[in-house]
Amino acid sequence: MALADKDRIFTNLYGTQPWNLQAARMRGDWDGTAAILAKGRDWIVEEMKQSGLRGRGGAGFPTGLKWSFMPKERPADGRPVYLVVNADESEPGTCKDRDILRHDPHKLVEGCLIAGMAMGATAGYIYYRGEYFNEGNILQAAIDEAYEAGLLGKNACGSGYDFELYSHRGAGAYICGEETALIESLEGKKGMPRMKPPFPAAVGLYGCPSTVNNVETIAVVPTILRRGAGWFAGFGRPKNSGTKIFCLQGHVNKPCNVEAEMSIPLRELIDRYAGGVRGGWDNLLAVIPGGSSTPMIPKSVCDDVLMDFDALREHKTGLGTAGVIVMDKSTDLIKAIQRLSAFYKHESCGQCTPCREGMGWVNRVMLRMVEGRAEIDEIDVLEQVTRQIEGHTICALADGGVWPVQGLIRHFRPMMEERIAAYRAAHFPMAAE
Amino acid sequence: MSGGGTGVGGGFEGTHAIGEAEAEEPTHFAFDADSEAQIAKIVARYPEGRQASAVIATLYIAQKQMGRLTGSAWVPRIAMDAVAARLSMPPVRVYEVATFYFMFNTKPIGKFHLQVCGTTPCWLRGSDDVMRACKEAGHLKGYGDTSADGLFTMTEVECLGGCVNAPVLQVDDDYYEDMDYESTVKLIEALKRGERPAPGSVIGRQTSAPEGGPMVLTGSEE
Ligand SMILES: Cc1cc2nc3c(=O)[nH]c(=O)nc-3n(C[C@H](O)[C@H](O)[C@H](O)COP(=O)(O)O)c2cc1C
Ligand code: SF4
Ligand code: FES
Repeated sequence: MALADKDRIFTNLYGTQPWNLQAARMRGDWDGTAAILAKGRDWIVEEMKQSGLRGRGGAGFPTGLKWSFMPKERPADGRPVYLVVNADESEPGTCKDRDILRHDPHKLVEGCLIAGMAMGATAGYIYYRGEYFNEGNILQAAIDEAYEAGLLGKNACGSGYDFELYSHRGAGAYICGEETALIESLEGKKGMPRMKPPFPAAVGLYGCPSTVNNVETIAVVPTILRRGAGWFAGFGRPKNSGTKIFCLQGHVNKPCNVEAEMSIPLRELIDRYAGGVRGGWDNLLAVIPGGSSTPMIPKSVCDDVLMDFDALREHKTGLGTAGVIVMDKSTDLIKAIQRLSAFYKHESCGQCTPCREGMGWVNRVMLRMVEGRAEIDEIDVLEQVTRQIEGHTICALADGGVWPVQGLIRHFRPMMEERIAAYRAAHFPMAAE
Repeated sequence: MSGGGTGVGGGFEGTHAIGEAEAEEPTHFAFDADSEAQIAKIVARYPEGRQASAVIATLYIAQKQMGRLTGSAWVPRIAMDAVAARLSMPPVRVYEVATFYFMFNTKPIGKFHLQVCGTTPCWLRGSDDVMRACKEAGHLKGYGDTSADGLFTMTEVECLGGCVNAPVLQVDDDYYEDMDYESTVKLIEALKRGERPAPGSVIGRQTSAPEGGPMVLTGSEE
């Protein structure tokens, strides 16, 4: 049974209503917030654990558990504690946080107050990507409204708890979505990831305990606490709970964002909400299921795979950010992946050799693979090099950069071989005889 | 509109017309009253002594001021120095930031910045056509070029986070979505006439809802 509108959290996903406080209140935001806060930190964290919510930023780490890593007491030296919200949204294929920022910002602002309180934070920063200039202005206006209404600041919402919230604009760098790069950037530096440990919960923003969460993760918190952990956990398979915004794009008849239940079959998701694959389901070639970093799956897997963390992992891919990139039979898959290789090369921050050199190397080889100007056994070399890069760098950008190539080789090696053979036939006709 | 109140607005002696091969660095830069007011507001968001956090925002303010006063939104070296002085940072830290991030123009650019998204989701839906239309209608040789009349600079950018409305063309701060060759030409012609068409989907979609209207959140359920 399809998700009903009454169970959708983002009831203004498409911006058919105003984003402002008055309209947000009509949609149920900021309803009884003080009473939720009055239940206390432990209750909120426990309820989040029960809800089964896993981070919506890509890695799917359980949210309640993450919050529980924050120090129970304010640091004795009086250092502040921070909530940092990741609105960098730069993973190709992902455009869901944008809708929250521009159409439902009060869900995020209220979520920041509750999440902030639950982790003992004194202030929150929402780091949004620089290109989201207009979205950022709306977010800031929503924050201003919340202050004016007494929902933020001293004695926020009349809860007796003080919480400050700020927006912060980035300047166009995918790497700043990585949580420690984001913190560096917030501090006014180049966005270069830090070594972990120490983790942000111990040493984060300005050296203070911090937690970084995705926009969607934080924005669903108030509704979960109002409607109950059991309600949220009732959608999707165990450990994959909840509703989720999917970004359906590429070769579908009607690209769109939609909030659906977790574990929905991929085919149903595309057919029901995006008007189906261009030219019909049988015209499908492959899908990148969770943003550019997740390896593609061929049609045979798409036929019955479920859209959740665990089901996709079984097929050596992931739910990632739930950016679903559909490619029909007209697609040059090698070119589609090469363009992603170019992306990762462009976005590498350059501090680890395997990433800095590797992303460039992979892209150069992929450019030749697009033409077919390569030897068959170079496919194996390419595969081996991606294995050597994977897991050998400070952050996961390099992993995300090589996984798409691995997915291509895993499922479409014959296509790459054919390309090489065609190039040979065209350029060395004698040798082919 | 220049602040002017402090007598520093418009202090950009030495800038040449945009489009000249060798744009000279201006010899003077100072934040005008408009910019100063914005900076004060931003710096207040960060704890005491952490004003370096405002570096990105202050660079944007410098870039916008250049756009306002010279018609070309870029950040010359001397403006980076002003940012460093204003935030009590070593200048080299500001140079690092200004060159690390992609949204700061360290060279003069045209009046309109055409930013074509060429990443796979946009490419799958025809970003090559958008690029070709920009080139032909804007009289541009390719990415990185500024047209001879100084009106347009075209840059290829990576995923703009608007993929369900692909292909996306960002003009300055605004996204134009669901583009194709014809709509791109139309947009560029409008810009030449001094018009600013409303941003968003050019095929009339309600933001990220599917074409033809939302399938959910229609209020049809009880
Ligand atoms: C290269 C790279 C880019 C990332 N970009 C984003 C991003 O744009 N938004 C986001 O929320 N998380 C991004 N992440 C994941 C964050 O590091 C972090 O896991 C996430 O913000 C945690 O939030 P969550 O627990 O709510 O999912 C990125 C990670 C990497 C390695
Ligand atoms: S893996 Fe790449 S992006 Fe990440 S820290 Fe190393 S060089 Fe930078
Ligand atoms: S790929 Fe162009 S907006 Fe995402």
